[in-house]
Amino acid sequence: MIAQDAYNILWADLAALKRRWLRYLTTTLISPLLYLVAFGWGLGRGINLNGTSYLEFVVPGIIALTAMTTSFNGAGTRLNVDRLYFRSFDECLMAPIKLHSLLLGKALIGVVRGIFSSVAFLALATLIAPSIHIGPMFLAGLLLTCLTFSFLGVLAALLAKSHEDMGTFGSIILLPMTFLGGTFFSLSQVPTGLKYALYLLPLTHASTWLRAAALNQLLPWPSFLVLLIFLAAFVGGSMIAVRKMSI
Amino acid sequence: MSKIIEISGLSKEYSGRKVVDGLDLEVERGELFGFLGPNGAGKTTTIRILTTLTKPSSGQVLINSTDVAKDPERVKSDFGIVQQHLSLNRDLTIAENLELHARLHHLSPRDRRERISELLDYVELSDYADYLVDDVSGGMKRRAMIARALIHRPKLLFLDEPTVGLDAQTRRRVWDLIRKMSSDGATVFLTTHYIEEAEALCRRVGIIHHGKLIVLGEPLDLRRKLGMIAVEMQTNGNATKYIYFPGRAEASEFIRGLPGTQRVVMRESNLEDVFIELTGQKVLGD
Repeated sequence: MIAQDAYNILWADLAALKRRWLRYLTTTLISPLLYLVAFGWGLGRGINLNGTSYLEFVVPGIIALTAMTTSFNGAGTRLNVDRLYFRSFDECLMAPIKLHSLLLGKALIGVVRGIFSSVAFLALATLIAPSIHIGPMFLAGLLLTCLTFSFLGVLAALLAKSHEDMGTFGSIILLPMTFLGGTFFSLSQVPTGLKYALYLLPLTHASTWLRAAALNQLLPWPSFLVLLIFLAAFVGGSMIAVRKMSI
Repeated sequence: MSKIIEISGLSKEYSGRKVVDGLDLEVERGELFGFLGPNGAGKTTTIRILTTLTKPSSGQVLINSTDVAKDPERVKSDFGIVQQHLSLNRDLTIAENLELHARLHHLSPRDRRERISELLDYVELSDYADYLVDDVSGGMKRRAMIARALIHRPKLLFLDEPTVGLDAQTRRRVWDLIRKMSSDGATVFLTTHYIEEAEALCRRVGIIHHGKLIVLGEPLDLRRKLGMIAVEMQTNGNATKYIYFPGRAEASEFIRGLPGTQRVVMRESNLEDVFIELTGQKVLGD
């Protein structure tokens, strides 16, 4: 029943997405492609990191970044709009379904959008960097990244009191993470103190895992575990927030 | 007749301010009940508590004999609601909005299809099933919300200002729908600040003011208690004074005793007069 209810919540978004998937795909691919051109081809041309070309290094990071942004926005912004603009979230709260099914459904909206965008970017990226390895561990990391940031989006949307709050959250949390979360540079290049600080960011662990999996390197299991801990924290936070909202 | 809503000692406080204050109220099964009050009186908070959206500070609410606080999921299956504000998903079509609601209420695929078609017909929106919400008029949206509220065949319907913002013609159409729902057996709990709406539709009304239920009864009885005839008199300060009489004879006699220059209007009293007398204020729109 949990899965069925969560799917029913997701179903509404799929119905809407079906009507404008091409527009969604186009807009969602602009940022990662710009990052790829600016950092991969422009700035990073000729840079070699421990035997890996910068392009191959940066592509998994951009995938992590794409997964983060699209999942967060897919779940968070949509929920924020449903709650404060469409005001249709109350209708979901009044439906006879468990609150965790409702939250899972809302998060799955972000997961689907995150995977959709990441896979589309991945398809383009493998044309440019064909040596990237896409295996089960990469896909597992991608799924976990999407889930984690979807639930972060759900949590932010439940806590937000206005649309501006979501924008503020994006500027304070997501934007710094975009550039500092190990996406565009190797953490081995930064001072030790800063490195430990950057390990507090979930995107750092997503980039680290996806990069290792894509480049066939030793998998950093602690990063996977940290992502799971972040996921649990965001799920727990979302449950507390939604319980405060209704009986 | 058994009770479908039983509220006892219900209170809700926000930052030490009581929005609902010790409310006791019972609504009978099959009744069309009007819950009136000015803005900020506590109507919407009460509805939010009854529909599981807000936790009460104290008191108990039973819907269909189930405690809302103890078994909210069961209660959620028993009621449908048309909220004051537009709450349709605007990314979806009218039919998709109904489908989503049917899915969330666990209707089977076949039942969903039949029910959506039946209800679109009921609210005369069959030709607009595949229109996106933003592409239809305000009245159609409101009718779509009514259809959505009915999809799971609820025993109890909450209509929170169902005609707010609608033109007179559409409002009458929605009134007809409300009467139809009531005659089909649903209990209707209606809040409105259009007093004539309550008067036209409801068998019994309750008036809430500062979170307290200050009067409860049938519109005609409440008018009788106040006086069936109202006399409006302009005072020196350009304010209007209202005086009520049991019948026209008493009112006419009073008017004859006034100076010839005094401008007066004699008319039948209405529920709004009852409201003004009890609360000291007009029911104002948003």
